[in-house]
Amino acid sequence: MTAGRTLSVRNLSIMFGGVHAVEDVSFDVSPGEVFAIIGPNGAGKSTIFNLISRLYEPSAGSIQFGEYDLLGLPAHRVVDTGIARTFQNIELFEQSTVLQNLLVGRHSRMSGNALCDFAFLPRVRRAEIRHRRKVEDIIDLLELAQYRDERIADLPYGARKNVELARALCAEPALLMLDEPASGLNTEETDDVGFWLEDIKHDLGVTLVMVEHDMNLVGQVADRVMAINDGRVLAIGSPDDVRENEDVQQAYLGMTE
Amino acid sequence: MQVLFKTRYEDDIRFLPKTGEKIRVGLVVAFLLAAPLLLQDYYLGELGLLLVYAIAGIGLMILTGHTGQVSFGHAAFLGIGAYCHAILMSHGVPFSLSVVLTTALSGLIGMALGRSASKMHGFYLAIATLAFLMLVETLLGEWESMTGGYGGLAVPGLKVFGISLASAWQQYYLDLFFTFVVVLGAANLFRTPTGRSFLAVRDSELSARCLGVNVEWAKIQAFGISAAITGLAGVLLAHHLAYLAPDVFSVLESLKLMLMIVVGGLGSIPGAIFGAILVSLLPVALSFLKDVLPPALGQQAGLEPLLFGLIIVIFIVFEPQGIYGRWMKLRFFFETFPYYRKSSFVRQKSYLKTERMR
Repeated sequence: MTAGRTLSVRNLSIMFGGVHAVEDVSFDVSPGEVFAIIGPNGAGKSTIFNLISRLYEPSAGSIQFGEYDLLGLPAHRVVDTGIARTFQNIELFEQSTVLQNLLVGRHSRMSGNALCDFAFLPRVRRAEIRHRRKVEDIIDLLELAQYRDERIADLPYGARKNVELARALCAEPALLMLDEPASGLNTEETDDVGFWLEDIKHDLGVTLVMVEHDMNLVGQVADRVMAINDGRVLAIGSPDDVRENEDVQQAYLGMTE
Repeated sequence: MQVLFKTRYEDDIRFLPKTGEKIRVGLVVAFLLAAPLLLQDYYLGELGLLLVYAIAGIGLMILTGHTGQVSFGHAAFLGIGAYCHAILMSHGVPFSLSVVLTTALSGLIGMALGRSASKMHGFYLAIATLAFLMLVETLLGEWESMTGGYGGLAVPGLKVFGISLASAWQQYYLDLFFTFVVVLGAANLFRTPTGRSFLAVRDSELSARCLGVNVEWAKIQAFGISAAITGLAGVLLAHHLAYLAPDVFSVLESLKLMLMIVVGGLGSIPGAIFGAILVSLLPVALSFLKDVLPPALGQQAGLEPLLFGLIIVIFIVFEPQGIYGRWMKLRFFFETFPYYRKSSFVRQKSYLKTERMR
């Protein structure tokens, strides 16, 4: 684990056409912290994630993770710095089994060479087994054993959410970005997610950044909360502070006069 | 129904975990090995040709079925393979070296095509690969000093390590050997990171990228491997044809390969083989049809492309999973008898996808 890296986002902005989707956003996430981003629909929460994942090119600002300048890296190298993520609308490999999906999660840590793979050299076999061990740990942690050989296309929604979380964990990240981990889940499943997030934080020592609408979950796990609206930061602070903040209440509930 | 108890990680790596599969594949392999004893030379030659198309089909399957990159230009790689091999052989390069060089060249050209096509999707990719095919076909026809132009090019006799392989059974075993190598290699590929990155690119480029898959490189690799395998099929095809002409490697040939993998079942190696069997049996069925149909219909030109097109359409509408998918359903029916239900294979409700960031 590469714990100990701080994510610092400075003056981040991006324009879509003439719209400032994210404008001058700055925040820090310290190692071991659970940091939640909240805000109404269209506030720019997922856009911030996509910027950190390097799927979008920011128009201004900087993103630093420990000693790495993320803006200098292409999207597929971000995971090498220790950042993994999930997606708001599940992005799994539909036709593959759960196990294969999780093994793709190990991709950043496997060195492949097409010719060696074609011949399936002994060292390729050994590497497969070695990475399988790691994957099995994650399967145990998230209780996915029963689904191991199922195709994703055959899984129910809740299980897919878990598989996506597991796949991100297989990359052994130092920081995990969760885009609405509880969306579409029932109360019971949401509670489970809460417990798993606690486990991930304590047992694996992973820093968590999450976008979430479920304020109970946020209150339960988050150390700090950032509220944004129209791409601008409204408040950063403890969950209670942010909930009490006037600007935040105004963004969610409208004018209070 | 057989329940698998997995006790070691190796159990997931092994091919054919089920006993029934082992027996079936064993029977097929036994038949293929014993074929020269069972079949006359003519049918042996046809079977060899079937194997060559199976190899080419696996080549295209890796690209289109597994990586999701459509290519209507794969006849070009058959052509490059066949011509390059014939030219090298006629300049006195030994067979074994020529095979390696031809496969490598074809792979490199494939990678170059993949490099330029790695940002393209779907329809645009189909057009780009089609244009590539036109280019190669024209080149093969116009470069007379090298390829003999439209007049054609004779392929030197088959000679491996100085031993002449003139009999049908010798050539057949050569085809069979390369078929085994390619099937095994392709199957290997999909239990390793390279193959999984291909599947990942097919199903979700977005998350593949976020998990550390270099999507462009994966596509280039897929194009390269696919072209190399198809080029190898071209080498073997050259010896079956004995005389090469540019118009053999036309759009229709590409369509034939596409038909094979779509009808066989996209995304599965057995699918490519089923497809090759179907494509090889079609001309037989067609000659039979010509006798049965009234002359006004039966003697009509273009019956074959019509049949090809019709079969593709029928499969896309009624069985998008192809013959392989149908076979899986049939097997499932027997394994779970009498519990099979019509809805067993109906897709569940599909969920929203993130808007693709293309």
